[in-house]
Amino acid sequence: MSLTVRDLRVVFHTGRGLVWAVDGVDLDVGPGEVVGLVGESGSGKSVTLRAIARLLHSHADTTGQVRWRGQELLTLSEPAMEQIRGGQIGMVFQEPMAALNPVLSIGLQIDEVLVAHTDLDAKARRRRALELLDQVGIAAGAARLGQFAHEFSGGMRQRAMIAIALAANPQLLLADEPTTALDVTIQDQILRLLLRLKDELGMALLLVTHDLGVVAETCDRVAVMYAGRICETGTVRDVFRKPHHAYTQALLRAMPSENTGEDFDEHARLVPIPGMAPRLDAPSPGCAFTPRCTVTEPRCGVERPVLLVEGDRTSACYARDRL
Amino acid sequence: MRGRLALGFGCLLLGLMLAFAAFPDWIAPMDPLAFDYEALIAPPSAAHLLGTDQFGRDMLSRIISASRVDLQIAFFAMIGPLLIGSLIGLTVGWFGGLADVLFGRLADLVVTFPFLVLIIAIVAVLGPGLTNMYIAVACVGWVSYMRLMRGEVRVQRGQDYVAAGRVLGFSTWRIVWRHVLPNSLRPVLVYAVTDMALVLLLGSSLGYLGLGAQPPEAEWGVLIADGKNFFTTAPWISLGPGIAIVAAGLGFSLVGDGLANLLDVKR
Amino acid sequence: MTELLRADGVERRFLGGRGLIDMILRRPRPVVHALSGVSLSIGAGETLGVVGESGCGKSTLARCLVRLLDLDAGTVSYEGADIATLEGPTRRRFNRAVQMVFQDPFASLNPRMTVGAALAEVLQVHAIVPRADIPARIDELLERVQLPPTAAARRPHEFSGGQRQRIGIARALAVEPRIIIADEPVSALDVSVQAQIINLFIDLQAKLGLSLVFITHDLRLVRHITHRMAVMYLGRIVEVGPTRAVFTNPRHPYTRALLSAVPRLDPDAPRKADPVRGELPSPLNPPTGCPFHPRCPLAMPRCSVEMPALLANGGVEVACWAVNP
Ligand SMILES: Nc1ncnc2c1ncn2[C@@H]1O[C@H](COP(=O)(O)OP(=O)(O)O)[C@@H](O)[C@H]1O
Ligand SMILES: Nc1ncnc2c1ncn2[C@@H]1O[C@H](COP(=O)(O)OP(=O)(O)O)[C@@H](O)[C@H]1O
Ligand code: SF4
Ligand SMILES: [Mg+2]
Ligand SMILES: [Mg+2]
Repeated sequence: MSLTVRDLRVVFHTGRGLVWAVDGVDLDVGPGEVVGLVGESGSGKSVTLRAIARLLHSHADTTGQVRWRGQELLTLSEPAMEQIRGGQIGMVFQEPMAALNPVLSIGLQIDEVLVAHTDLDAKARRRRALELLDQVGIAAGAARLGQFAHEFSGGMRQRAMIAIALAANPQLLLADEPTTALDVTIQDQILRLLLRLKDELGMALLLVTHDLGVVAETCDRVAVMYAGRICETGTVRDVFRKPHHAYTQALLRAMPSENTGEDFDEHARLVPIPGMAPRLDAPSPGCAFTPRCTVTEPRCGVERPVLLVEGDRTSACYARDRL
Repeated sequence: MRGRLALGFGCLLLGLMLAFAAFPDWIAPMDPLAFDYEALIAPPSAAHLLGTDQFGRDMLSRIISASRVDLQIAFFAMIGPLLIGSLIGLTVGWFGGLADVLFGRLADLVVTFPFLVLIIAIVAVLGPGLTNMYIAVACVGWVSYMRLMRGEVRVQRGQDYVAAGRVLGFSTWRIVWRHVLPNSLRPVLVYAVTDMALVLLLGSSLGYLGLGAQPPEAEWGVLIADGKNFFTTAPWISLGPGIAIVAAGLGFSLVGDGLANLLDVKR
Repeated sequence: MTELLRADGVERRFLGGRGLIDMILRRPRPVVHALSGVSLSIGAGETLGVVGESGCGKSTLARCLVRLLDLDAGTVSYEGADIATLEGPTRRRFNRAVQMVFQDPFASLNPRMTVGAALAEVLQVHAIVPRADIPARIDELLERVQLPPTAAARRPHEFSGGQRQRIGIARALAVEPRIIIADEPVSALDVSVQAQIINLFIDLQAKLGLSLVFITHDLRLVRHITHRMAVMYLGRIVEVGPTRAVFTNPRHPYTRALLSAVPRLDPDAPRKADPVRGELPSPLNPPTGCPFHPRCPLAMPRCSVEMPALLANGGVEVACWAVNP
């Protein structure tokens, strides 16, 4: 494994008390692997990703282990972490407009990364910047280098952000909902771009998304998250074919069917999950999904199921064999 | 939590002022006009907690009995601009158009003059006295209220709940009064309370200059002016009313801030 | 099926913003062509889906249909009467008949009014029931959208996004409308909650016989709840027809691109065709001819010159030179 996360916990100290945003997350990303971290909004995906990259602010307590190629990141000195962040580990965010610097040209923002993480001279850096823009599918790179984020369309901005993230040849790309703000046709382009780059550059990808379809199309393995905890992990095929957690099953069933054929049952009701997402300021002692679960049993609400490992799958659900 | 504490303290200060203003005769330890020839310009003591002035009048009692005029100033110098400014702001914010441009320019014009200078100029023309001071403040003060109101109404006007009201066939009148106005009031109300601190200071300043409250109406600024000749020998004469002004101003500011949080509508 | 609401050649433009330099150089304000000739009809009891990517004019169309926006050209008519000419009682009758549900469950409710007060206001303004019956009717409306009666006493911020969307639906139902125009009503919601609201629409329509215009960018939902669908691109309808027909045999190249871009849930699904290239052109400066031609794999010379008309083709209507030569 190149990234191993164990028992990661993030507690926010807010004006209204504590928020257990990430509550014991285990996660593995192997070299060259695409892992999806999927869950509904507020389940702690972004916080997990930021905790891995040590991007959280001081009012967050982070504990646990984040091992990156044998190195423990959570206790690393800040200068050493800066070398890894943007160097070996790149990041792409949901809102490129917010993540890009509005007053620096795209070329300068790529150059910054190259100055920080490579020994290239000015000429070589420019050549590399042009090469990067070409790689992410931004045509007429030379002209584009001098432009600013607001002069790019949504899709082009996301491409520019990917170019910046890739500048130092990272071995792992952390992508937080990189296509959520985009239209489907552009999402399709960006997802394919990420997959192509992953193959060409041999990097691993940790892709955060709320869209199970995106996971199915792009990921090798998936980790399903609910209320700050991992419900289950496994290969995408296994998890989608036969979920081992009641939440995963409910989530898959809640998706509108995508059957476009003649045999489609028009006006079939959907299968929603009753209730709403739990609050994170008072974590339940048992399984967090209990109040919304349709296959719950008495111990679910009182005793937290542990993440069981079976081969290349893990799951934390008492109803696993009844699903 | 700290916000709550500050609000509580502010309310306490204002409550005290209100009590003074409502029942000066009960609270004041003695008659504010009674001369005590035994204790002329006496420093603070058990008999006269804040000392006495050159006629031996008890300063604490004078301050308490003057509070009514000061609170009146704070209220009346605030309410005129608030009503005028908000109404204009609501109208031009909602309808826009030429009126919006005209009032915007007029507001620009008013704020190019320094606040105090403009008011003194107007009072100088109208003649000294509280009523004329209120008129002068209203001529100048409406600008802030109009701008606050107009800005907020512009924001609210674009919200979907307003669109929903229109789709539901509500009249413009109903949408503006029942929906837009209540949702646009917060910045104006918060500003109004803080503004009371400012106009209180203004009223005292004008009183000090002899342009505001006229004797025999006692008012804190007038009291300070009364003590100015003795400031080096008997500073307590001016200090007592000075502290009263600061305390009232602080009270209004704290309550204003607290109100900002309380009125913050949750989305 | 009787036709209730219809749009004929609706056009709507907006004046765009202008930078300081443009002002100094006295350049004219740019014009956004949000709708360029949209025609539609909505029959009694049917659900019409309107899909397209962001900025293609879906919300503008919705707002034109309920007369929140005035038209630059064309007409919208309700039961044969041009809605722009309705005044007084007939306008109120129109407002009662055609309601709207908004995308943003946070902005579409007055934050300072309790749910009960908001519903009571609607019932009162239109005198739907005698004053004494208002509380009972509020309970009924809340029950219809599956909220507890206690919801009436609470303010919007006390509800989750899905519950607020129910409140918005209850408010629309309060006037007993015949048509509800729902502008991306579930786009702000999570999948699990989205399904609750979709079911609510399905049930309401079955029970009350409502017509529904369901606007969305999510094609999977369109397949689920609509009878007919219209695909929009850059302010125009490029394909319209029965949902089943459009899905099983999409004819317009853009419809095809859109359908194949939707991520599939089946990990074993066959690899998809190549994605459509390029991005949505700016509505400030729409392409000449067919608006899709810069991205279209089938584009031919005439596509960039002549605008294809929306013509019937095998049960659907398509605007494409490759389909209707
Ligand atoms: N800076 C913060 N302070 C307090 N709470 C936060 C902060 N950031 C996130 N949270 C809380 O953590 C939880 C998880 O958030 P997030 O990771 O952003 O969810 P997701 O990305 O899965 O939608 C949410 O309930 C959110 O309110
Ligand atoms: N009030 C407005 N002022 C200026 N431009 C607008 C306004 N409303 C919409 N537009 C523009 O019209 C086009 C269509 O917008 P809209 O109808 O909101 O699209 P959609 O709902 O399909 O995303 C967009 O280019 C948008 O920027
Ligand atoms: S008209 Fe031409 S450009 Fe437009 S969709 Fe058809 S083939 Fe493509
Ligand atoms: Mg997130
Ligand atoms: Mg829209």
